Amino acid sequence: MKRGPLARAILAVFFIGLLITPLVIRRVSARKRIDATTLDRHASLRRHGFHLQEMSHAAGIDFVHSAPSLDPKLERIMPQVASMGASVSIVDFDRDGWSDIYVTNSGEGSRNCLYRNQHDGTFKDVAGAMGVADVNQISTGVSMAAVWGDYDNDGYEDLLLLKWGRPELFHNDGGHGFTRVSDQVGLPKWLNANTANWFDYDGDGRLDLFIGGYYSENFDLWHLDTTRIMPDSFEYAKNGGRKYLFHNLGNGRFEEVSEKVGISSRRWALASSSADLRGTGHPDLFVANDYGVSELYINDGQRFHERGEQTGVGFAPKSGMNVAFGDVLNQGKLSVYVSNISEEGVLIQGNNLWVPKDGSSSETIRFENLARDLGVELGGWSFGAQFGDLNNDGSLDLYLTNGYVSLDRDRSYWYDFSRVAGGNSTIIGDARNWPAMDKRSLSGYQRKHVWLNDGAGKFVDVAQSVGVNDTYDGRAVAFADLWNRGVLDVVVANQRGPLLLYKNTVSPENEWIEFELEGTRSNRSAIGARVTLYWNGQKQVQEVSGGSGFSAQNQRRIHFGLGKAAVIEKAVIRWPSGKLQELDKPSPNQLHNVKETQ
Amino acid sequence: MSQQVVVSDKKPVVKDTSWRKIVSLDNRFIPPVFITLILLVGNLSYGILESWKKTLLAIAASMIAELVLGRIFLGKWPHPASAYITGISVGILLRSPAYWPFALCGLTSITSKYVLRWKGHHIWNPSNFGISVLLFLAGDTVASLSIQWGNFLPPMIIIWILGSLIMLRARRFNITATYVLSFLLFSLVRTWITGNPWLSEVSPLTGPEYQLYIFFMITDPKTTVRNKWAQCLVAFCIAFVEMILRLNQVVYAPFYALFLVGPIATVTELWLQSRRGLRSATA
Repeated sequence: MKRGPLARAILAVFFIGLLITPLVIRRVSARKRIDATTLDRHASLRRHGFHLQEMSHAAGIDFVHSAPSLDPKLERIMPQVASMGASVSIVDFDRDGWSDIYVTNSGEGSRNCLYRNQHDGTFKDVAGAMGVADVNQISTGVSMAAVWGDYDNDGYEDLLLLKWGRPELFHNDGGHGFTRVSDQVGLPKWLNANTANWFDYDGDGRLDLFIGGYYSENFDLWHLDTTRIMPDSFEYAKNGGRKYLFHNLGNGRFEEVSEKVGISSRRWALASSSADLRGTGHPDLFVANDYGVSELYINDGQRFHERGEQTGVGFAPKSGMNVAFGDVLNQGKLSVYVSNISEEGVLIQGNNLWVPKDGSSSETIRFENLARDLGVELGGWSFGAQFGDLNNDGSLDLYLTNGYVSLDRDRSYWYDFSRVAGGNSTIIGDARNWPAMDKRSLSGYQRKHVWLNDGAGKFVDVAQSVGVNDTYDGRAVAFADLWNRGVLDVVVANQRGPLLLYKNTVSPENEWIEFELEGTRSNRSAIGARVTLYWNGQKQVQEVSGGSGFSAQNQRRIHFGLGKAAVIEKAVIRWPSGKLQELDKPSPNQLHNVKETQ
Repeated sequence: MSQQVVVSDKKPVVKDTSWRKIVSLDNRFIPPVFITLILLVGNLSYGILESWKKTLLAIAASMIAELVLGRIFLGKWPHPASAYITGISVGILLRSPAYWPFALCGLTSITSKYVLRWKGHHIWNPSNFGISVLLFLAGDTVASLSIQWGNFLPPMIIIWILGSLIMLRARRFNITATYVLSFLLFSLVRTWITGNPWLSEVSPLTGPEYQLYIFFMITDPKTTVRNKWAQCLVAFCIAFVEMILRLNQVVYAPFYALFLVGPIATVTELWLQSRRGLRSATA
């Protein structure tokens, strides 16, 4: 070393500065991103404009999810394998204008619940009477998710029940009961799927159905001949379940057309949703895959073309578990939120917020991941998430639930998990090679995230201060205005945990508007209809969805928060049929029922 | 995995023909070329990098730091191959959604060479130091490569063959072989103690992180001892410490094991050398 003591001292100081930089960054980032103050209702309303209160029991809901007990060969890692099945979907199944809640259970012999809204703040389980409760048996499999869509355009939402087992389609008989029609419509005899959504991909006015498989459909998870059922790679697995696209032929018949229209993949799908991401009028299909890259199937109206890598969303493989769309920057463009895994000290995948790049056209659309920049990147072992304006301030907020397996608080399975996950496919793919979980937790007891959008491109986590402090193993999140008050309430389904109902109280000066759409030329559920609202010099776009998040479905109704002193210029509805319908100066603070004009 | 530049302790005597000059690559360039090939093949086939920008940032930070610090403190422009390997190693082995860890790790790695010295030698493998520090201090933002590369057999076999050939040429295969054999031995011990399936204990060795670790990091000439048997002993000790860490469920056990054992071995060797020098001077 040729320099003297002074230069070396300066170098040493510089070196120490480098070493403490991570600590400084951690401290500054934590301050920026999290408001961990616990506030009472009034303080929360003053500071954030809303407050969430868990009141499932008061609302007559005492549902606790149970997990399945699969083949004993999987016993050593059973909590990890049997880690899904808690789902929630919102539906107004009896068309009384009030949202009802359907919840799946997964224990053998357990019952699903359909909570009918009693209009008085409470719900009553009518699943048994309606014939959609007793659906979880070893012989036919157990429930994983449910999505609702009016496939026969009779005005009543029908129920597609996904299982690790035999999928079921229940026809809604005028809100008075359900009839099983699975065999007539030609659904597969068995699959192990966690995601499905209804959408009219070819614009023929009838809802089609996408189903994404997780475990291979060749496995009956209760009667296994092999333990080689696991993914053959943690990030490049292609030995999962197949994907299906059922084209609705009308008259209660469907044709499976996935190969024919360009959907062919055996990645491990966990979440999917459709929306017109490119402004072409055709709904594109976004699939978040576990153990691999996401897939974006762009739709030319007749066929799909997988463009994940080209558009940027399907390059870096992660553990995709959620697909939610939201116009987070009020630019009239939908972004996509995909949840992944982040565990401090082990694995930092980070969640993805795919925002369309400026200047992208429908042909050359590219997305960039702004999750870090906007502050919604780290969410633990993330599962379901939904966008919605929780405080009616005019910007979409984001609710994320998380937590994988909460068992022994003091013992973690992460070390063993990461050790095997990095190994060769012959090792990782066989459940026999996985160390026993032995009641250890894997990313358990995690705090949830309620990211409040400040409208200027930053989200701040306010979960603790607005009343969300549960630490169950969250799976599905659904938003709905459960009591027709002009606010979004939150329902969360937890694995091996209770169904949580967070009633939302919103600062009254913030205004809102809601639209209940009904298609005529388009599918009657209006799934795929896009509403662009122009108010106070800004605009926001939302689409009616046939399933989003993780194993979840929000209310069909579209809800906009407007902020204070809202002056609405217009609402433009683009129906799936392509028809444009404009509402001039619709009044705020009310629900608008809109039927597609002929 | 950063200073894989000085390759052979004893250079073979080779007739210096012009054709040989043309087809032979300077030994200093072999590891950089090899690791660049790994990067290119890995990324083009499996997309191992989250972004090229992050890797380029790590390379740039490392090389700039090396050039500036070398010029200031050594009075000459250092050969860039070493810093290039450090940067590219950081770019491959570090995983983070953020950009800053890549720049910081490159800077920390190279700066450690100029600060943490004993008897004129740096004692930590630079990239091992930088990565270990980041993993330890920035665990909320940073993880190491562990699961990329497809988890499939063919790429693993190719990298093992190529890596072994290069280590043979570099006369450091003894280090790699000793470490691998020791790891296998200790995996049996761990299985016996924990009751876990043996394949789960061997599993890390079949992953991409280890392919880089055993061919580039533990064989670093500047921070390994010179004597062949001593090299084997050090490799054995690294595997042993790693076993202890693994029994305590430390996820980044290999990095931390080298972080702990490497400097002790280097310092011990330098101390023994100085004692020998002192003795021969008095004699």
